[in-house]
Amino acid sequence: MSTTLLAPGFADPSHDAQRLFRGVLDAFSHPGRIVELPDAPAGPGTLSPAASAFLLTFADRETPLWLEAGVDRQEVRDFLRFHAGTPLVQAREAATFAVIIGGGGEPFAGFAIGTDTYPDRAATLVIEVPALDGGPITTWRGPGVDGEVQVAIDGLGDGFWPAWTANHALFPCGVDLVFASGSRLIALPRSVAVEA
Amino acid sequence: MPDATIQDTPSQDAAYNYGYLDEQTKRMIRRAILKAVAVPGYQVPFGGREMPLPYGWGTGGIQVTAAIIGREDTLKVIDQGADDTTNAVSIRRFFARVAQVATTTHTKEATIIQTRHRVPETPLTDGQILVFQVPIPEPLRMLEPRETETRTLHALSEYGVMQVSLYESIARHGRIAKTYNYPVMVNGRYIMSPSPIPKFDNPKLDRSPALQLYGAGREKRIYAVPPHTPVNSLDFDDHPFEVETWTESCELCGSTESFLDEMIVDDTGKRLFVCSDTDYCESRR
Repeated sequence: MSTTLLAPGFADPSHDAQRLFRGVLDAFSHPGRIVELPDAPAGPGTLSPAASAFLLTFADRETPLWLEAGVDRQEVRDFLRFHAGTPLVQAREAATFAVIIGGGGEPFAGFAIGTDTYPDRAATLVIEVPALDGGPITTWRGPGVDGEVQVAIDGLGDGFWPAWTANHALFPCGVDLVFASGSRLIALPRSVAVEA
Repeated sequence: MPDATIQDTPSQDAAYNYGYLDEQTKRMIRRAILKAVAVPGYQVPFGGREMPLPYGWGTGGIQVTAAIIGREDTLKVIDQGADDTTNAVSIRRFFARVAQVATTTHTKEATIIQTRHRVPETPLTDGQILVFQVPIPEPLRMLEPRETETRTLHALSEYGVMQVSLYESIARHGRIAKTYNYPVMVNGRYIMSPSPIPKFDNPKLDRSPALQLYGAGREKRIYAVPPHTPVNSLDFDDHPFEVETWTESCELCGSTESFLDEMIVDDTGKRLFVCSDTDYCESRR
């Protein structure tokens, strides 16, 4: 019998969710901006506080979640099932949200990209990275960016930015990304072009 | 005229969840808002709820505001530019009661501005959110009544019908006669209804540092324009987009740059012009 302790969720669910939502909304409105989430719950070990905060803020019984093998641990499943009531799915195409580590291989393959008539029916992927700065410099341009912004996310796979360029080319379809590290995150909506 | 800063005693009504809507509904609306920001100008369907006011009074805007508002926010609500009209006062009181939020009439102090049919004259800044109340979100609706068709037209970016309607307006009137709800192209991809703001306000939407959220309650659609996003009013090379101008100035503050309302002040037809934006006007007197 497992005796692992369930990681705590929000101390103040309504207000914590509201503040975290505004943090994420700020990130989506300003791609490339590093947003601090001081109210993020510590989360269960293998899931960063920022990723935990994102999922508790947005995921519920209506949003199937896909976890990469490295995150798919018992304590994470318990945490998300108990606090968010999220169904966990094996099939990428069924997921509204997903958690990915590092984004190696073909990171976006198989996830819902929406349709031409309903581009909103696309997945949002949370990508766990070691750091949001100090990595290779990329230049981002698009809605929400005043001119251009330089972003240096660390720990992404080699094929990551070419895969993003292909995803961006699908606009208005395509997945949206959130890079999480510690209690900070950066959002990358599909509308933004990245020059690596 | 309202006090400079209104602090409706914020004591939350315990009979309601914070912000009136339940948490599940707020999450659903928040997810819709994220997708709306990710695809600027695209109308995201959402499960609109019954609100304690009739359709046409801002049920869409109020649901967007309810999903984003928090105790740290300062809310301003305007109706046709004015802070002291029935719709604005009611919505401001509503949020003071269900969300314990500070309210203001000053554009600069507000973090969230819910608006019906105007964009404030005072330039908005990074961090502010402008929430529009939208009656008919579909810009092509008067040209094509079928939702399935307009959805396909947006998918294919097939907007010839809109250009033709503007051309017909020029053929009939010698100019594009549309003066409000003037269609815009967002980020070069989606034609969007800016809600029934005067076309005078359209240039303020272009590359604004503030986030624009649009909520349509009856039609159950949310759409958005992120900060710094190009928003172009549709026109032709030989009939460029122009905004209204007045030969008069505001009777109260003397402004020659703001959007003016014409008022009949007596029964002999005497007219005067005053600013539509009451906060802007008062700050200049």
